[in-house]
Amino acid sequence: MKFTLSWLKQHLDTQASLDDILYALTDLGLEVEGVENPAEKLRAFTLAKVKSAEQHPDADRLRVCVVETDEGDKQIVCGAPNARAGITVVLAKPGDYVPGIDVTLSIGKIRGVESHGMMASERELELSDEHDGIIELPSGEVGQSFADWLAENDPAKVDPVIEIAITPNRPDALGVHGIARDLAARGLGTLIPPVATPVPGTFKCPIHVTIDRETQHKACPVFYGRVIRGVKNGPSPQWLQTLLKAVGLRPISALVDVTNFFTYDMNRPLHVFDADKVKGALRVHAAEGGESFAALDDKTYTLAPGMTVISDSRGVESLGGVMGGAATGCTEDTVNVFLEAAYFDPIRTAMTGRALKINSDARYRFERGIDPEWTPAGMEQATRMIMDLCGGEASEVVVAGHMPDVSRAYRLDTDRVQSLVGMEIDADEQRSTLTALGFRLEGDMAHVPSWRPDVLGEADLVEEVARVASLTRLQGRPLPRTHVGVPKGILTPMQKREQIARRSIAALGYNECVTYSFIDQGAAALFGGGDDATMLQNPISSEMSHMRPALLPGLLQAAARNQARGFMDLALFEVGPAFHGAEPEEQHLLASGLLVGHSGPRDVHGARRPVDVFDAKADLEAVLSAIGAPAKAQILRGAPDFWHPGRSGQICLGPKKVLAAFGELHPRVLAALDVKGPAVGFTLFLEQPPFPKNKAAARPALAVSDLQAVERDFAFVVDAGVEALTLVNAAAGADKALIEEVRVFDEFIGGALGEGKKSLAITVRLQPTDATLKEKDIEAVAARIVEKVGKATGGVLRG
Amino acid sequence: MDDLRQKYLDAIAGAADEASLEDLRVQAVGKKGEISLKMRELGRMTPEERQVAGPALNALKDEINSALAARKAALGDAALEERLRSEWLDVTLPGRPRRAGTIHPVSQVMEEVTAIFADMGFAVAEGPQIESDWYNFDALNIPPEHPARQEHDTFFMHRAEGDDRPPHVLRTHTSPVQIRALQKQGAPIRVIAPGRVYRMDMDQTHTPMFHQVEGLAIGRDISMANLKWVLEEFCRAYFEVDEVELRFRASHFPFTEPSAEVDIRCSWEGGSLKLGEGDDWMEILGSGMVHPKVLAAAGVDPDQWQGFAFGLGIDRIAMLKYGIPDLRAFFDSDLRWLRHYGFSALDVPTLHGGLSR
Repeated sequence: MKFTLSWLKQHLDTQASLDDILYALTDLGLEVEGVENPAEKLRAFTLAKVKSAEQHPDADRLRVCVVETDEGDKQIVCGAPNARAGITVVLAKPGDYVPGIDVTLSIGKIRGVESHGMMASERELELSDEHDGIIELPSGEVGQSFADWLAENDPAKVDPVIEIAITPNRPDALGVHGIARDLAARGLGTLIPPVATPVPGTFKCPIHVTIDRETQHKACPVFYGRVIRGVKNGPSPQWLQTLLKAVGLRPISALVDVTNFFTYDMNRPLHVFDADKVKGALRVHAAEGGESFAALDDKTYTLAPGMTVISDSRGVESLGGVMGGAATGCTEDTVNVFLEAAYFDPIRTAMTGRALKINSDARYRFERGIDPEWTPAGMEQATRMIMDLCGGEASEVVVAGHMPDVSRAYRLDTDRVQSLVGMEIDADEQRSTLTALGFRLEGDMAHVPSWRPDVLGEADLVEEVARVASLTRLQGRPLPRTHVGVPKGILTPMQKREQIARRSIAALGYNECVTYSFIDQGAAALFGGGDDATMLQNPISSEMSHMRPALLPGLLQAAARNQARGFMDLALFEVGPAFHGAEPEEQHLLASGLLVGHSGPRDVHGARRPVDVFDAKADLEAVLSAIGAPAKAQILRGAPDFWHPGRSGQICLGPKKVLAAFGELHPRVLAALDVKGPAVGFTLFLEQPPFPKNKAAARPALAVSDLQAVERDFAFVVDAGVEALTLVNAAAGADKALIEEVRVFDEFIGGALGEGKKSLAITVRLQPTDATLKEKDIEAVAARIVEKVGKATGGVLRG
Repeated sequence: MDDLRQKYLDAIAGAADEASLEDLRVQAVGKKGEISLKMRELGRMTPEERQVAGPALNALKDEINSALAARKAALGDAALEERLRSEWLDVTLPGRPRRAGTIHPVSQVMEEVTAIFADMGFAVAEGPQIESDWYNFDALNIPPEHPARQEHDTFFMHRAEGDDRPPHVLRTHTSPVQIRALQKQGAPIRVIAPGRVYRMDMDQTHTPMFHQVEGLAIGRDISMANLKWVLEEFCRAYFEVDEVELRFRASHFPFTEPSAEVDIRCSWEGGSLKLGEGDDWMEILGSGMVHPKVLAAAGVDPDQWQGFAFGLGIDRIAMLKYGIPDLRAFFDSDLRWLRHYGFSALDVPTLHGGLSR
């Protein structure tokens, strides 16, 4: 919302400075977004008087003037044809910045004659395009500020333009009058009530108006209209054009400019029809749907059922509250005008405007809610202005429908205001604030003015009182702790787990990423998503069309971007949500890590090697251990098909409870996402691992034996397809009490063992608890290990 | 005896290695060594002679043994010196490469915010990111045709044909968590709710996804003055400055009443931000007293309970505190950016250790 200071002062009698007004506006909730004050750039310039003007000795067109200034007489060389003795001029001194020529003046020498400044033209001061000569003022004293002179004698030239942001609840502030009312309530002046003396009609309105019954019920309860005949349309007067231009509107013609003026002045949108183009009577009704409507913006719209329209016998002529029609629009030739002032329902107007994508000043105001009760007064004011500007004769007013009853009242609980806001605001002050805003107080009941559709309860009264009292005055008051003493921890076990997982993965050398929750359909489909259920109806781009089913696609795309920048070795991770459906509960928390390329840069130690599945597995196991997942879990195959089928696994508690997956990414996935491999990764389903049942902080007692532990190595030859874990579990089962640990330390495939065979070497650590092991005890266990392993895997000891 | 002594001391001093030293030991003090033999002769001496020769021989033997030990140690040292000289390495060579991981600024700042509010008794609440329009709008006093709903630039989820429910939305703010937390826990309550939010906006300063933290405190007599104090304390702690000055400015949010935008006093002198001084005000968050309709929608009696809510941009306060210029880079995963603006895994923000290093 834009307006000028002088416009405001037509509604507010005030001595307040511009700065005070700006501060109050922002503080009242009408946030100032910008101010253009033309006086700012004129601050330096003062008035001066030309005492004499002589011909320059060396130039035909120049004159050497002696100018009386506030700093004494100065010599100034001037080329303007009107430079002559006796005139009052605007002086720019050496050091002043002259905006129209973008120059900071200095003492110059023009054709050998010194010049101590310059006498300015209007164009040089950016006041107009006038440059035929220097400014000649009809009054003013030497030394007076030019900006002050303008403010006094030609205020439109230095009228500051103020732009404020209007929150959706304040339609009343979409009119200059409403802004003035807020400022008056704050104490910045006196509100000047609008004058709306009725203009008596001298003949019966020739255009009849009706509103369909169901339309009258809500969409358009009341409609005022009248004809003004014999008008002479044409450009509006300069003052009105200047005002409209200042707030960013294009002057069109006097008739249209009048409607725009009241839109901004009183938040009262109006419409003018060329009465001679209206065929028969006007009917306000709901569109049936399918009608074609040529609007004033030169576009043709197809209407949907229920849109509020105004039709004549020819068809739809206007879209109620949104935009008028081209066929009945006013032109320079309009002689008889039909003026409309109606009330259109906010919701219906918003739906129509949105459906047709029409953003008009009228829609903007009707959908936020104008003052219905000011409809007849708006009609009278506009009639008067049209007759003032264009002449003519007004008919009687036709009224269709009835004024909607918006009266309501809420209780003002002055104690409640203090308790909610926490600020001492005197009860009398509260009441006088509401009164100043137009509320009518009857005892405790505050009757809401018709221009405040947003006030719908007691809480709204509190807000009005608080904002006028100024929240800037609010002093902080400590919020006491709910419990005395040292605060307890507040994170849930799951929240703690998420943090531990994140920091553990970072500690393992991964860089945390935050990637978008929506990805492209192709990438989502690779990871089991990308169906219609998880699709956005209105994605911002095709790259962000589907909710991600996993974190890995985002990480792989990030890896591809980094590879394109020349970073080939990457360790990236993310902890965040993925979506297996589009219901609110179909969201799960993941932690995924991705290793791409090599273990590190080339180095003198030969440590560099391509990353492989066991890197990912080791990192995953470290994170599982850090979050306290059960130490004993199965490793099953059958991970989803974006993993390499032979080089991936899932860590499970039983076949249905998958805690995590790890592996090499499928080469086809890498190719599709443009990632140069090798690439391995893991995904941890953070909500899956059960939390420990025992929540006590105390640990079980440490059981250590003083007896010497013994380690024995075994190498078994097995079929190449036998999994190490099967063998390890078999060996460990040979004597659960004695065997503390079984560890694979070597794998050897093929060679002398022959096709399809491999050797797995394990070391078994035996920890006796009651007596030192004797050789025959060890041999007995060893024999059982060999037997168990043989039974489980078909493996035999390697000779 | 002096000759004997001199002979061996010279020989020991001249011994070049441990082997010749051992030879000398055998020769001198071995079982059949020269000095040992002489000591055997003591038995054949008169007591008087023995009284002179005995101590002298013992002293000689001790001296030779000491000389042997000293020489042996010296030879050992020399040998070690020699070995160490040959073991020279170029220690300016790089160590074995080790990856250094980082924590994203968004995660770090969320933990900082959590640490501060935990101290003031706020727990952390969570809610889904795909929300029903009821939680995201209606329950927050934003009815379907309210202009505020249009200003949210909402992402809608696809609706299958035949499913006539209004489409779900990607939550446009963290405020729906207020409703969920109140429904679950009721009043009194103090929670914050950090998380991802989504709006259809992408330009120099906007991304279609960003992060907010919601705050909610409901009690019997919690006022806007308490809100101001909480926010002042938060800003002081988070920005790690001794003094901050906040300005509450009347505004409008459908779910709070009264509502206030909160500005913080700052200076941009020399292009860098300083808080608590200067003549500029920077808008940092929106807040207010929870609207009675919102409390009622969440099943809390607004005649019994009152309190405040606020919403703060996490990415934004991360940018302000850590001097990160561009929001879009937060979600680009450029390795150089992650390394430069990221935090060490062990930089866990705590109040006792200070939030930042």
